[in-house]
Amino acid sequence: MKKYIFLFSSLVIMSLTSCSSEDPEIVNEEELITTLRVTLTPQGGGNVVTLQLQDLDGDGPNAPITTVSGPLQANKTYTGVTQVLNETESPAENITLEVEEEGDEHQFFYTFSNSIATVTYSDQDKNGRPVGINFNLTTTSAGIGNLTVVLRHEPNKTAAGVMAGNITNAGGETDVEATFNLTVN
Amino acid sequence: MKKILVVFFCMNVFWAFSQKCTYNIQGTILDFHDGTAIDNATILIKNTNKFAISDSKGNFTISNVCNGKITLVISHIGCKTSEKTIKIDGNYTGKFLLEHHSEELEEVTLKGKIVVKKVASLSETVLSKKMLENYSAASLGDALKEIAGVSSINTGNAIVKPMINGMHSSRIIVMNNGVRLQDQEWGIEHAPNIDLNSSESVSVIKGAGALAFGSDAIGGVVILNPKNPIRKDSLFGSTIAGFQTNGNAYNMATSLHKTYKNGYFIDANATHKRFGDFRAPHYFLTNTGSKSTAFSLNGGYKTFETGWNIFVSSIANEIGILGASHIGGIQDLVNALNRQEPLIQNEFSYTIDNPKQDVTHFIAKASYFKRFRNIGKLTLQYDFQENQRFEYDRRIGDNRFIPAVDLNLQTHTATADFLFDAKNSWTFQSGALFRFQENVANPATGVRRLIPDYQKTDVGVYTTIKHEFSENWLFDAGLRYDFNFYGVKKFYQTSRWNALGYDVLFPELVIQDLGTQLLTNPELSFHNFAFSLGAKRTLSDENSLLFNYTMATRPPNIAELFSDGLHHSAARIELGLLTLNSEKSNRFSMSFLKENSSSKWQIDTYVNAIQDYIFIAPNGTEQTIRGAFPKWEYRQTDALLFGFDINIQKEFSENWGYSLNTSYIYAQDTENKMPIIDMPPFQMRNSISYNNNDWHGFSSTLISEFVGRQNRFPDFNFNQFIAETNTTVLVDISTPPNAYHLFHINNTMNFDWGKHSKIQVSLNINNLLNTSYRNYLNRLRFFADDLGRNFQLQIKINY
Repeated sequence: MKKYIFLFSSLVIMSLTSCSSEDPEIVNEEELITTLRVTLTPQGGGNVVTLQLQDLDGDGPNAPITTVSGPLQANKTYTGVTQVLNETESPAENITLEVEEEGDEHQFFYTFSNSIATVTYSDQDKNGRPVGINFNLTTTSAGIGNLTVVLRHEPNKTAAGVMAGNITNAGGETDVEATFNLTVN
Repeated sequence: MKKILVVFFCMNVFWAFSQKCTYNIQGTILDFHDGTAIDNATILIKNTNKFAISDSKGNFTISNVCNGKITLVISHIGCKTSEKTIKIDGNYTGKFLLEHHSEELEEVTLKGKIVVKKVASLSETVLSKKMLENYSAASLGDALKEIAGVSSINTGNAIVKPMINGMHSSRIIVMNNGVRLQDQEWGIEHAPNIDLNSSESVSVIKGAGALAFGSDAIGGVVILNPKNPIRKDSLFGSTIAGFQTNGNAYNMATSLHKTYKNGYFIDANATHKRFGDFRAPHYFLTNTGSKSTAFSLNGGYKTFETGWNIFVSSIANEIGILGASHIGGIQDLVNALNRQEPLIQNEFSYTIDNPKQDVTHFIAKASYFKRFRNIGKLTLQYDFQENQRFEYDRRIGDNRFIPAVDLNLQTHTATADFLFDAKNSWTFQSGALFRFQENVANPATGVRRLIPDYQKTDVGVYTTIKHEFSENWLFDAGLRYDFNFYGVKKFYQTSRWNALGYDVLFPELVIQDLGTQLLTNPELSFHNFAFSLGAKRTLSDENSLLFNYTMATRPPNIAELFSDGLHHSAARIELGLLTLNSEKSNRFSMSFLKENSSSKWQIDTYVNAIQDYIFIAPNGTEQTIRGAFPKWEYRQTDALLFGFDINIQKEFSENWGYSLNTSYIYAQDTENKMPIIDMPPFQMRNSISYNNNDWHGFSSTLISEFVGRQNRFPDFNFNQFIAETNTTVLVDISTPPNAYHLFHINNTMNFDWGKHSKIQVSLNINNLLNTSYRNYLNRLRFFADDLGRNFQLQIKINY
């Protein structure tokens, strides 16, 4: 008899719990990167160039939007700073700080097509290896080409060419990938 | 001396006066469960030599019975001997019931070759304890591959999902000690949470015809049975300890069984397994270690007439996912595909790092049965299950300690079944089910939910009939109806909601607009019918034919309807579809069985036409800030599958044996005229065994396992511009890997240890030739080879 009571009461409990459904809480997305911004300041004066990739719906169906503020000058060195942001929050969360803090597990890579420019890193992680938040970009002669910026999580920094900025052997996982069409005048 | 004689004489006189030995016992012996007469039963008065034998009507007479209390011992071939004490003070007439029940008998002989078949017209294969012990360190999915037609779909080598005739996940019902496993089985990377060591036998029914379990088992049913209690006072147990070289793994499993003559029993099982990084022939598979701990208690009371059972089981699995498989974007996938070896190859370690899964499953069950004379058996059951799944991704900062997936699934099920077996040639079984399930996705993960919060209610009723028409013909049929209701609360990204066109189709589902996200409340109902009809034709003592037709329907599962998000381990965005219908399978099967003392043949053939078959396949790519990802979407089509499974076992002599397992399946998307994705290729397993009982039960089996290349696959390859290299490349995610041929060898010996104990030692070598291979049905085949050579030493002690 006890068993029937047990069964019955469990059924009652079940039907009761099924009525009390509250609305779920919205997820506050952590470490979501919506924006990559590269600021290039010419050494010795000139126009600051900003490159930006923005994807406000994250993994949603809308494609990211790329903007380039203007052309680069030929044969010039720019001081570069790259930022990654979460702009779904207000004010925007600066994720660059976390990347910097864990610099040994992250690296930005800058790859050009048509050899329009080169990049040298100007920062170091705790092991003395580059992170790539700060860098110098030196343009060559005039032309057009692409700059691809990739943020890798857990790259193999000791692999051949990686510390010099060659992504080929880096491995790891891509956190951000942006391609900008650049004009060098 | 004289005195003694006098006393003795007096006693005899006294005895003679008080003891009247002129009474008759007239009785009838009847079968307990159907009330039919039992002839040829022996009725003996205990401690005398007076006995009688029942006639064809079950009647017997014993005359010249003395008064007083006597005990009758009633025995019959195939029955449990019963004792009954009666008081004689005149002629006695009575009915005596014998527990003459074939089902109970077969349950006892299950350890042997006889199988209690759930559906007479469907092929059912049983793996015995002896076979399961070989897989003490492995998983359910690995063990089931012993059965022709059963393969598996894997994520690495620790997550192994059984696949029956090409069907897996929600299309397979797993019954663990009478409880239908509810452990988020919808996902390909969600392996069944089962500790094989706690089961005495595992059987597989191909096809959906076993309607007592559900109407949706389009693939089949896997049934794990615990030890059947014996009614005698005993305590016994066994311990298995194993070590294997690949993964430097060790495993330990102990089980204890205590049974009492009065019907009480209790079994306890504990298992612990620990694996480090596994090794492919040429490199370590970094972060493939795992840890598994399981406990279970199964106790109760069981007699022929009544019984109850309480079962509690808990299992915790922590499984590392191959480090190199965690990637972001198509460019990473292309890099992985181009590389011959995985990128991350570290030294051996037991450490389980992110990405990993941490899953616990808990079952509590209470059941009760009672037999009613001349009617049948009533069984009532309630079970509760809780499945907690954490999945950890590679994340930045303190978030690495926060799971990216945190799902809690609780299920309550109540069932009532009645088995009418009073009539000899007819058996009816009827039952009803009520199930309530609630899934809660913890928002603290900081990652959008892949699976939404939902509540599900299921109600089901069924009836099955079995009729022995004649000695050679046996018919069975079944009918089942299930109602499923989903109440879902899900956040959609507004952009996704609009892109899927739901803003036009289902504007009424939105209950809250949060700008970039919408809270919606879809409520879905499904009515599912299933019908089964079959026959068994016995051709001779050795040969029989089985025919079965089953129509089954399966509602879409929560992942198929609502999946939403990025799967890093597969580098793909997976999207559910709200408008999916139930899929409907029409399966016709025919089996030929032959069994004699030296050989066994089982040939299963089937055709399965599935209307609105639900599957996931790539559909273009989507650009995100991490780069492009292939977008995989659930969709429906009409599918046609047919194939065969053959199992032959032959003993050439007392020492030598041979066995063959082979299967082939053809699967076509008839709507789009292309093959169905993820179908097992042709495979063949040959083994030769040598046994010699004189050499301490020495047995050695050499196994050749051939798995063909799947030449029938849909081409979902696509071109993608890779910014890093400034080139457009073909991303080949469809081409299956090459065929492979592996050899394994298993050796066993038995030794006595003390008076009552036995030790069994086995040494198995898997992938003897250390062959490099990749398996089409392993989702990590893009990243690394499968396992290399493995020496496995296992010691089993019975006490």
